[in-house]
Amino acid sequence: VLAHTAGSDVRPGDVVMLRCDVVMANDVSGPVAFRALERMGVDRVFDPDRVVMVADHFTPAKDARSAELQRRLKEWSEAHGVTYYGQGRGGIEHTLLCEEGWIVPGEVIAGGDSHTCTYGALGAFGSGLGSTDIAACLALGEFWQQVPATIRVEFSGAKQQYVTGKDLILAVLAEIGVGGGTNAVLEFVGEGAEALSVDERLAVANMAVEAGAETGLFPADDTTAAYLAGRTERPWRRERSDPDAEFARELEIDLSSLPPLVARPHLPGNVVPVADAAGTRVDQVYIGNCANGTMTDLRQAAELLRGRRVHAECRAIVVPATQSIYREAGREGLLDLFVEAGAMVSTPTCGACFGGHMGVLGPGERAVTTTNRNFRGRMGSGEAEVFLANAYVAAAAAVAGEIVEPGAVAA
Amino acid sequence: VIAEGRAVVIPGDDVDTDVMYPGRYLNVDDPEEMKRYLFEGYDPALREQLGEDAIVVTGRNFGIGSSREHVVQALAAWGVRAVLGQSFARIFRRNCVNLGLAAVEAPEAAAAARPGSHIRIDTETGEIDVDGRRFTGPSMPPLVGELQAAGGLVPWTAERASR
Repeated sequence: VLAHTAGSDVRPGDVVMLRCDVVMANDVSGPVAFRALERMGVDRVFDPDRVVMVADHFTPAKDARSAELQRRLKEWSEAHGVTYYGQGRGGIEHTLLCEEGWIVPGEVIAGGDSHTCTYGALGAFGSGLGSTDIAACLALGEFWQQVPATIRVEFSGAKQQYVTGKDLILAVLAEIGVGGGTNAVLEFVGEGAEALSVDERLAVANMAVEAGAETGLFPADDTTAAYLAGRTERPWRRERSDPDAEFARELEIDLSSLPPLVARPHLPGNVVPVADAAGTRVDQVYIGNCANGTMTDLRQAAELLRGRRVHAECRAIVVPATQSIYREAGREGLLDLFVEAGAMVSTPTCGACFGGHMGVLGPGERAVTTTNRNFRGRMGSGEAEVFLANAYVAAAAAVAGEIVEPGAVAA
Repeated sequence: VIAEGRAVVIPGDDVDTDVMYPGRYLNVDDPEEMKRYLFEGYDPALREQLGEDAIVVTGRNFGIGSSREHVVQALAAWGVRAVLGQSFARIFRRNCVNLGLAAVEAPEAAAAARPGSHIRIDTETGEIDVDGRRFTGPSMPPLVGELQAAGGLVPWTAERASR
């Protein structure tokens, strides 16, 4: 991907300029980038057709200041002629850009959000950047990049019932920790990787940054092609790493013996089997985020909530990732099923995942979430605790009011 | 570039950008106001130690998580000129370089610094002096050195955009 885009022979550790095929920012990173762009003395973007702005973090606006940021994002987008997904017109950026055909294998996406690595699910080099980086990308269409090494992760065997893409990446984090991927790209291969749907690949690639990695890449295969069909007219090729590529590290994760996992507070790398955390009381369950508010996640949650109720001492929030997923879930009857079970269904938003609004936690509260970070205070109070898990585990916790193996609720 | 000053030590490894700048304050886009919320979820008292003579010293894998530039914008607004760390997370390091803050990874030098230590960093030679003890930092890749010399990505881009 890198050599192809930079157009020169590069080696790990070199710092090069990388051309962006798409530049994306949101209502938090965008306005800060616009200020930097002004200081650069630049009043136009390198290519409006390659720039996308998404209102998703404080959507719908949590207060007057957030509303002001939303307004600035909209006005800037209109003034510069770039694509703008406004409130109620798109959804959470990463799921949305995949859905809308902006992301194709082999391309480079500069995103003003650390979870831009999610695009690796489609074999694209998604690079999470700060706002000044985004400003430079808007101005010149390129960013500096230290050429990463590659860590090859092979998923062998077939996954067990109630194990999802979320558990695969939690297993990687258990193995290499929250710094193990620094200066490297994770490359996901093997029959277990190939067997994953695009939705579950999103969940895996999404948390590559939690290992400190630049991004996490899946090879572009038939599953990718089927997903992209009808979504995009952007040209793309199937690409795999060179057969003689060198890897900084190789690890193998055997899915046949992998149970559902949770990441305990306050680091995504504090991973244990669900069984080891069983019995932990839960105040809130949150199903959603930029990679886990997909139809696949909602169906998994529905499987356990169908005909059951959210526990009296627990509350549940379900956040479909995009407007399109929201409608599809409605057509399938899932939204009604969630509400009937006693859950709240929210409009697509980054919401409480980053502690912004729409379900933040109070002191002493504990949540099980399908989100990607459980840092201290991430979802609100510094005295709250967050356990990261897949949608089956989250839904089971909602029903039981405590962490429990999904099989025990389904039985 | 030479950065000289007094160590403000941020204790711990894997310190994330959420505790350094909680999400609820991301609706702020003015660096002067960001200063008020820096370290809010970690130890707000650390703010009191910052100033134009401060060199921030960190443990391993500092700045993990969110790409929120608010953390580094707030550090810069406090007048901090350099960050000396055992190691940095990728986006945090990028944000420092982009905002003209020297981000120097030197595990031994960072471990040697105590709160209030006198630190002098020569980013060109890689020489680091901590309370009179000499250490050698890494050499910067040429492009990063160029950004550093330009004062960050804003002036560097402004110059290229005006060509």
